Amino acid sequence: MTGVVIPSVLRSLRGLPNSLVVGGTILLLSVFVGIFPSLFAPYDPNAFDYNELLSGPSLQHPMGTDNFGRDVLSRVTHAYKIDMQIAFFATVVPFIFGTTIGALVGYSGGIAEVLFGRVVDAVITFPFLVLVIAIVSVLGPGLVNMYIAVGVVGWVFYARIIAAEIKVQKRLDYADAGRAMGYTHIRIIFFHLLPNSITPALVYWMTDMALCILLGASLGYLGLGAQPPTAEWGVLIADGKNFMVTAWWISVFPGLAIVLTGLGFSLVGDGLAELLRSKR
Amino acid sequence: MNVSDLVLEVRNLTTTFGGGRLTAVNDVSFSVMAGEVLGLVGESGSGKSVTLRSIMQLLPASSAISGQVFWQGDDLMEMSNSELRVVRGGQISMIFQEPTTALNPVLSVATQIEENLKVHTRLDRAGRAARARDLMDLVGIPDAKLRLKEYPHQFSGGMRQRVMIAIALASDPALLLADEPTTALDVTIQDQILNLILDLRDELSMSVVLVTHDLGVVAATCDRVAVMYAGRIVETGTVQQVFAEPNHAYTRGLLGSVPHAGTERTMLLSIEGKPPGLSEIPLGCAFNPRCEFSTARCGVDRPELEDIGPGRQVACFNRDAVAASGSPIG
Repeated sequence: MTGVVIPSVLRSLRGLPNSLVVGGTILLLSVFVGIFPSLFAPYDPNAFDYNELLSGPSLQHPMGTDNFGRDVLSRVTHAYKIDMQIAFFATVVPFIFGTTIGALVGYSGGIAEVLFGRVVDAVITFPFLVLVIAIVSVLGPGLVNMYIAVGVVGWVFYARIIAAEIKVQKRLDYADAGRAMGYTHIRIIFFHLLPNSITPALVYWMTDMALCILLGASLGYLGLGAQPPTAEWGVLIADGKNFMVTAWWISVFPGLAIVLTGLGFSLVGDGLAELLRSKR
Repeated sequence: MNVSDLVLEVRNLTTTFGGGRLTAVNDVSFSVMAGEVLGLVGESGSGKSVTLRSIMQLLPASSAISGQVFWQGDDLMEMSNSELRVVRGGQISMIFQEPTTALNPVLSVATQIEENLKVHTRLDRAGRAARARDLMDLVGIPDAKLRLKEYPHQFSGGMRQRVMIAIALASDPALLLADEPTTALDVTIQDQILNLILDLRDELSMSVVLVTHDLGVVAATCDRVAVMYAGRIVETGTVQQVFAEPNHAYTRGLLGSVPHAGTERTMLLSIEGKPPGLSEIPLGCAFNPRCEFSTARCGVDRPELEDIGPGRQVACFNRDAVAASGSPIG
């Protein structure tokens, strides 16, 4: 049975872009680690061990320990749970909301489009990180407030991408054909135009998840995102910043985890773009 | 002809763009009888496609449409959006020139046919699937069951136009508006599609308005013809009348410019010059700068469309001279 299934899976993978296969593998593993961190973590991530303070990578502690004797590998592993959540929850609401607004604005045009243009201008005038930090400092630090801050700003980028695509699609014959067929505007927008316009937003979503991991880590580092002792990559890097010279492993391994996950998202984004482009 | 046979009546339809500066369709009136195929002929830019799109109100917001379009006694121009949606696709359907772009590339053919049924009929899921298979048979696509699952890019040009027709006919419309349905197709496929439209007209007893620039298509398919030039109708009549005795110099020119197989070789007539742009329509008769029959009056006054027989109208001051010179294909 498995002997039949596995070759067919491999065969269907062969047609996919390499970047999608590699990136997808990284992400699937990351998600798996994020769901079952205890399977991979040799120790309790928050357990102190005063016999092993700041000890370097060894067989007992492959990534060393920090200044409280906590196992860095276990903390990095458990941080997958938090950071993969950040990547998904901070982006999924902006993706859905931004896509919906963008589709409606792009289709209707007129005053709605003008107003929307001003909102976009207002948002992109500020650097993304600065705006998010400002919102978080008003709402107070913490993961939920971080999601809110990212959502308030992030939907604009999806909306802008989709609005531009819909504006092109709505002039094509099949949109006219839909109207000639007596379909409602809502049906034409969401059933006909959106599936033809969604590709760039999907690709951007992948990039955005990578950016959000970096943002989550940045805010964690600054003390505005996940709060210690929660294991989160940005928090872990901040933990190690005072020991950079003597115990580099505390900061470097969570940093590598960020790079690897970011790479996974970027590769999937690229691969997805390539795949969907060739399908057209 | 009985008045009750009238299905569509267009009165004084005028469509302008750019805040009224450019008039694409100017005071156009015509009617369509039950079961009839009306040809709307003219060069590119004569306003024939805009006329169709005005009837369906498919023009961009920068346009303004005035006049009346009576459909079964009601004026389409006065209808609310929801009333209009019932007529569009349900009672009047439209097919487009380019079947490649008029079908949604990401939805399967079955989805696209069944969508029309979902919107316009009360059929359940099984009923819609069965009707979709029947429609594929009706428009002559073999292997309906298999091909319904496919996507538009898996069909050839002619087959795509058949799919488009199947979607348009899904809920038994009484009128089909066809906007150059064969222009993008090979000549042999053209013939098949036109025959299909004619067969379906007989089978489903619907009327057809066929927009085309191809007089060969008109001769082969239409009952009546309306010739358009620079946004106006310049001559109407049955195809036999108009082809045998053109009364407008433009119609005569068009007929003379078509090659005919099986007759002795003669020089093709060509109409000098090109059709005027929307912003530079000449004073008087719009055709007068290109017209070999034109007189001083043609450059000053605009000839009105006048009845010269039952169902036969022409807008030309010198129509006797044109008629006397005979048909170039007679």
